[in-house]
Amino acid sequence: MSNLCSPVLPSGLVAAFTPTRGARFEQETCGVLSVWDFLQSHFDQIAFSSWQHLSLVLRCLALATVLAVGLAALAYRSRILSSAANTLSANGFTIPAFAPVGIVIAPLGFGVSPAVAIVTFFAVLPILRNAVIGLNGVDQAVVESARGIGMGRGCTFFQVELPLAWPVILGGIRVSAQMVMGIAAVAAYVLGPGLGRFIFSGLSRLEGANSLESVLTGVIGVVLLALILDLALVGLGRLTTPRGIRA
Amino acid sequence: MPETTITEVPDVSGKSILLEGVTKRYPGQKSPAVDGITLEIPAGKIVMLVGPSGCGKTTTLKMINRLIEPTQGRIVLGSEDVTDIDGDELRRRIGYVIQAGGLFPHLTVAANIAIVPKMLGWDKKRIADRVDELFELVSLDPADYRNRFPKELSGGQQQRVGVARALAADPPVLLMDEPFGVVDPITRQRLQDELLRIQDELHKTIVIVTHDFDEAVKLGDWIVVFSDGAHIVQYDTPERILAEPANEFVENFIGSGAGLKQLTLRRVGDVTLADAVIAPLAK
Repeated sequence: MSNLCSPVLPSGLVAAFTPTRGARFEQETCGVLSVWDFLQSHFDQIAFSSWQHLSLVLRCLALATVLAVGLAALAYRSRILSSAANTLSANGFTIPAFAPVGIVIAPLGFGVSPAVAIVTFFAVLPILRNAVIGLNGVDQAVVESARGIGMGRGCTFFQVELPLAWPVILGGIRVSAQMVMGIAAVAAYVLGPGLGRFIFSGLSRLEGANSLESVLTGVIGVVLLALILDLALVGLGRLTTPRGIRA
Repeated sequence: MPETTITEVPDVSGKSILLEGVTKRYPGQKSPAVDGITLEIPAGKIVMLVGPSGCGKTTTLKMINRLIEPTQGRIVLGSEDVTDIDGDELRRRIGYVIQAGGLFPHLTVAANIAIVPKMLGWDKKRIADRVDELFELVSLDPADYRNRFPKELSGGQQQRVGVARALAADPPVLLMDEPFGVVDPITRQRLQDELLRIQDELHKTIVIVTHDFDEAVKLGDWIVVFSDGAHIVQYDTPERILAEPANEFVENFIGSGAGLKQLTLRRVGDVTLADAVIAPLAK
């Protein structure tokens, strides 16, 4: 994760948030055009931050998938653990995205690690829920026949149960991806990477020059990234779902 | 295990099975599901386990391949005590078929059949040849069916593939749990006939659980009638069970028309008597 990005702001970015082009009334006169101007003049930083945002989300999603499937694998056989996992994933959503910020800053400081911790935590929840449901939903007759022809527990899990639960788990990953795209913006609060810095810097200078443009850039960027990622995940689903279990 | 090559099958490739004082007790239940059963199943025969639901016949079947671990007792396969060997390793040597085949929906039919040989580490060529051979054995055209997925097959075809998969590594013993339970009556008859034809060719030891007494009469060389706790009420040939039911319980289980059922059951080749099998009543 260390190569994710440096917590130090790229030198050009500081300039981006400083009013460079005249007074406010100039900007107000042409809203759409000024966003366009802002995009053009800050293209490099926006592209860089978008890439970082996407990269943060992708890596956290991958990590969260491994964690969630691992937890689900431990839990799904037991009814008590299954419902515990469900409770965790249901109640986890009620935690505001900002709440863990304070908690993670203490042990992890600022930068990439707290951002990864926060995003991964939220990313785990929908995947965990779906993984437990998906694994429990696998036809027990199929599992029994796997055991009956001499497949071991691990072999049965990886070759039978996981592939059959995969479409459901992937559904969880898609929900998770949409959700943490937004949550990743919070990463800027702990000086992490991503588009969040445009949003927060704009909000903190509201009414200042380029503030609205900055916020809009961040928000629209996040939405676009979310759409792109969702499309990519649909594609991944097509590629990784065996023809025999496609709906 | 007698070495059997792919092309030639010896007269009897099956092995006898002996359950000795086998008990299954589930925690929190007063009476054991299976209460000290002792049962010998002769090599190369079809033995039917019948009885009312909940009598422990399925549990008994699943203890033969230790899918359910017995609480007490010994399981002997041929001359080998398999009570304590690795369960997965044991199950790879015993074919297992469940209702509707239990096929893996995410794998092609050919991949389903190839699973056990693959686990046993056969090379690709040998697996491919074996899969084709099994398709022929269960009357499916390999070229047509190889790359289909289970959902693209009818219930009867799925059941056939289930049998092919169970026979893939040429196991001496085949266990079937209500194998023809969910197919329509006409397909069921056809599958039963086919199983008898396959058995004529292979002479495996086949143990089948069924609740359908007519099926037991049709398929079985021997029939075991269970009452609760898997107590053996009668272990006999179909003719003798029909002609001389051991008691009222068996009589009721056979249902009416025992005489008629008797008419349908004999296969000409089997008229000479099989070796007697001693089945001490469990107590």
